[in-house]
Amino acid sequence: MTIFTMLLPLAVLVAGSQLDARSEENPDGASLAPALALDLQGGTQIVLQAVTSDGSEITPEAMDEAVGVIRQRVDANGVTEADIAVQGDRQIIVEIPGEVDDETIALISKAAQMKFRPVLTVGSPLATADPSAEAEGESGDEADSENADGQGENANADGENANADGENANADGENANGEGSAEEGNAATSDEELLQQIADEQEELDPTDPSDLAQITPAVQELADRTDCTDPANLEGGGGDNPNLPLVTCDQTGVAKYILGPVEVAGTELTSASSGLGVGANGVQTNEWVVNLTFNDEGTAAFRETTERLQSLESPRNQFAITLDGLVVSAPSLSPGVIITNGQAEISGTFTRDSAATLANQLSFGSLPLTFEVQSQNQISATLGTEQLQRGLFAGLIGLILVVVYSLFQYRTLGGLTIASLIVAGVMTYVVIALLSWGMGYRLSLPGVAGLIVAIGFTADSFIVYFERIRDELRDGRSLRLAVQRGWVRARRTIYAAKSVNLLSAIILYFMTVGGVRGFAFTLGLTTVIDILVVIWFTHPMMELLAKVPFFRDGHKWSGLSPDRLRLSSGGPRYKGAGRVEWEPGSTQVPSESVEVADEPAERTPAYAGAQAQSVPSGGAASGGAVPGGGAAPASATRAPDGRRMTIAERRAAERKAASEAAKNEEQL
Amino acid sequence: MAFNFAQWGNDLYTGHRSYPIMQKRRIWFSIVALFSAASIAIIAMQGLNLGIDFRGGSEFTVSGATTTDEDPAVDAVHSVAPNQEVLVSQVGDGAVRVQTAELTDDTELNAVRDALAEAYAVPASEVTSGFIGPTWGESVSQKALIGTLVFVAAAAAFMALYFRAWRMALAGILAVLLDLLVSAGVYAAVGWEVTPSTIIGFLTILGFSLYDKVVVFDKVRENTATVLEQSRSTYAERANLAVNQTFVRSINTSVVALLPVAGILFVGAFLLGAGTLKDLSLSLFVGIAVGAASSIFLAPPLDVMFRQGDAKIREHTAKVLAAREGLASEGASDAALAAAAAGTSQLIPGSHQGQRAQPRRRR
Repeated sequence: MTIFTMLLPLAVLVAGSQLDARSEENPDGASLAPALALDLQGGTQIVLQAVTSDGSEITPEAMDEAVGVIRQRVDANGVTEADIAVQGDRQIIVEIPGEVDDETIALISKAAQMKFRPVLTVGSPLATADPSAEAEGESGDEADSENADGQGENANADGENANADGENANADGENANGEGSAEEGNAATSDEELLQQIADEQEELDPTDPSDLAQITPAVQELADRTDCTDPANLEGGGGDNPNLPLVTCDQTGVAKYILGPVEVAGTELTSASSGLGVGANGVQTNEWVVNLTFNDEGTAAFRETTERLQSLESPRNQFAITLDGLVVSAPSLSPGVIITNGQAEISGTFTRDSAATLANQLSFGSLPLTFEVQSQNQISATLGTEQLQRGLFAGLIGLILVVVYSLFQYRTLGGLTIASLIVAGVMTYVVIALLSWGMGYRLSLPGVAGLIVAIGFTADSFIVYFERIRDELRDGRSLRLAVQRGWVRARRTIYAAKSVNLLSAIILYFMTVGGVRGFAFTLGLTTVIDILVVIWFTHPMMELLAKVPFFRDGHKWSGLSPDRLRLSSGGPRYKGAGRVEWEPGSTQVPSESVEVADEPAERTPAYAGAQAQSVPSGGAASGGAVPGGGAAPASATRAPDGRRMTIAERRAAERKAASEAAKNEEQL
Repeated sequence: MAFNFAQWGNDLYTGHRSYPIMQKRRIWFSIVALFSAASIAIIAMQGLNLGIDFRGGSEFTVSGATTTDEDPAVDAVHSVAPNQEVLVSQVGDGAVRVQTAELTDDTELNAVRDALAEAYAVPASEVTSGFIGPTWGESVSQKALIGTLVFVAAAAAFMALYFRAWRMALAGILAVLLDLLVSAGVYAAVGWEVTPSTIIGFLTILGFSLYDKVVVFDKVRENTATVLEQSRSTYAERANLAVNQTFVRSINTSVVALLPVAGILFVGAFLLGAGTLKDLSLSLFVGIAVGAASSIFLAPPLDVMFRQGDAKIREHTAKVLAAREGLASEGASDAALAAAAAGTSQLIPGSHQGQRAQPRRRR
């Protein structure tokens, strides 16, 4: 069963490399070799140029912030360890290992400034539209019918663009009729001037709330009239819209044109965004991909306020538009009576699974403060080259051989089990890394390789702890079978505790950091888990099997578990438990320290385990040796001066005195 | 007689041979204090030599080069600014990108540009230069730092819960931080450039050091679990025995962990010269050695010292010592006292003396 579990990843990898082989066209495919990171393999260098639509200053702070946002977005895709740096004043260089597809470029370069604005009007996408070609906003039936009403009202207010109170709901209708002259008259005014004009006009206005139609000033109207949402240039979007001014913009797909009020809730109030399948009104999952948003407290409050106000308004002003980089992604209307109080919103639109995931990704890591254009995209070679990798692996190999030699020296034949376990751990690590570079884009960098080599130490330590515990049990006089059983229970506890600290650090570092440190945390966590699995699944069962093999069970001299070798020095009596004492000295070699004790001529004196006088600490215990000796009191004397037989304590004291006397004499000689 | 490692391990386990690690803790503490002070002094005076990844640097792009070999670029930069680390990579077709630490001097900048143009046989106008920002900016460092702090705090909480003793956790964390300080001091003293690899090396040290301390402390915990229920040995003696018993493991583990790193260090520093491997392996080698040593000589003595602040342990220690004083004055054998002081768990059987132990009838 365990063997099956261990072989499963390998089988998956082999199957994967057959079915989804990595090749030029399919850089994300599986392969038996793990993918390499930027420093070893090279990759793609993308130069992003910051552009501002409104000519505002590009500050170094904004550039730093942009780097941070891009880094998080790249990291969210897996553990790629991309390099991101500011170059000069307004360029950011992003280096990503391997090939890069369009989706990744969109992910890193899109501003993703999300804003919530109230809808003032909805109209047909064309600049000079026929009134009958009414906008089919995606906002649902209600909005459509309301639009129709708006048309009617608009007939009265026709031509009264200047009237701030006018019902301009159907903006395009008007444009269509009266635009001829206006357009000519203002033909000279550029868009920038119009924007300036809008800003000026808004300053004078004092709208009661963001849905106030007074905000549609002649300049706003003028701009709206000109905008052609079927022109692809208008559908590119950009991050530079001023949050305090009304916005004229298009639907993402170009099917409608909107005039929107000032921003009510900014994307910065978002706490999280995720993608998933939408849930219909009756709680049934629909087939539509949506992005779910959660706001922070401030955003929730602002959102509640907005929905409360919009609830009382007529259509289309009861809609709010979700804009992304200045384009309307979705403009849902509020169902009657609904006030969103919990700060949970959902964007639906024409998402696919991938585009929903990309958007959620962009949103959850915040918006870029600037808009970026991809200036160039180049292949870049590895900075270190394969030479470094080869030498690194060579170095690791030397280290491994040394480890093998050392463990064979230390543990004799048992060292073979260490080596076998290390090999199993190595193979598992290799397979898992190859699997992860297929599944989640893990890339092996040179620090990663070094980390794996260092992991040999961590891994080997669990075996060392285990073996030492077994030896400890053997030293206590247990049989090998029992020693393995008890040693495992005690070693397991230590191993689990120590490994959990490692795992804890790996998890915390993985989630709290970015870039290289994150890659390190990943490697650490991976090797720790594999290490635990190998000890439980391989080393311990093998040890139990070995305990039954006569070579080990009977403690052959070369087995590394020989009781003779392990008990040799204790020499004296050994308490075996249950009141039994083992006297067997087993003494071919009695260590020199205990010789003095053992050779005591008179009666058999108990030999004390741990009887090494020089290790006595500074406490009162050491006072015995310093008895000032003037008298004779020979060591063999068993009679007190008064002729009485001495008590045990007296005899001991006398013996001790004699010993110290003898030592003194020896020193003097 | 050749030194018998297994026998030495046995002696350590039984307490037959015991190194007075707790008793001599003042020596270890003063050594550590000395090293720490030296490290702080070195770091304060010399500072750490931060690399391109942290400070940014100068970048040159040579376009239209006929060859894209790395060596001409390295030689060209070194002809003007020796000792600078140079990163060379190929961008697109026929363009070579050269990055080095920031050259503030204009004449230096121009000299490097000319040298590069000459090295790749292109006109000087084909070599553009610019400033490249740090790839490992302040925000990355800050995140790494916060992450590390949280991790250390969490590890401390874990140890405190696992050992059910906050003093142990405190001792462990303090020892780990001192390890890091000493390793950083050694790194600063050598003066090699600090790269992201170095930072990752230090994090590895942190992990290894903590791991090692948990293993040693687990043995201490096991030995001292019932220390208050007996009166033969004090907490310090039991802990000393634990450290002696894990001595063999500690040595084996450090050797096994150091051997591969030593391999990388050797290959990285002597065969390859500058590079990731060198930076990483030096910090690892120093850190693992320091970490393994401090798991024996610093962390457990610190724990013992902190434990003396615990009223229960203090009373117990006093009681044990008093009882031993009493035993000694009654004339207990040295061996028995030494065994007790070594904290050994092995009980010592007495020998039966038969009727010799009976009082003789007076004549």
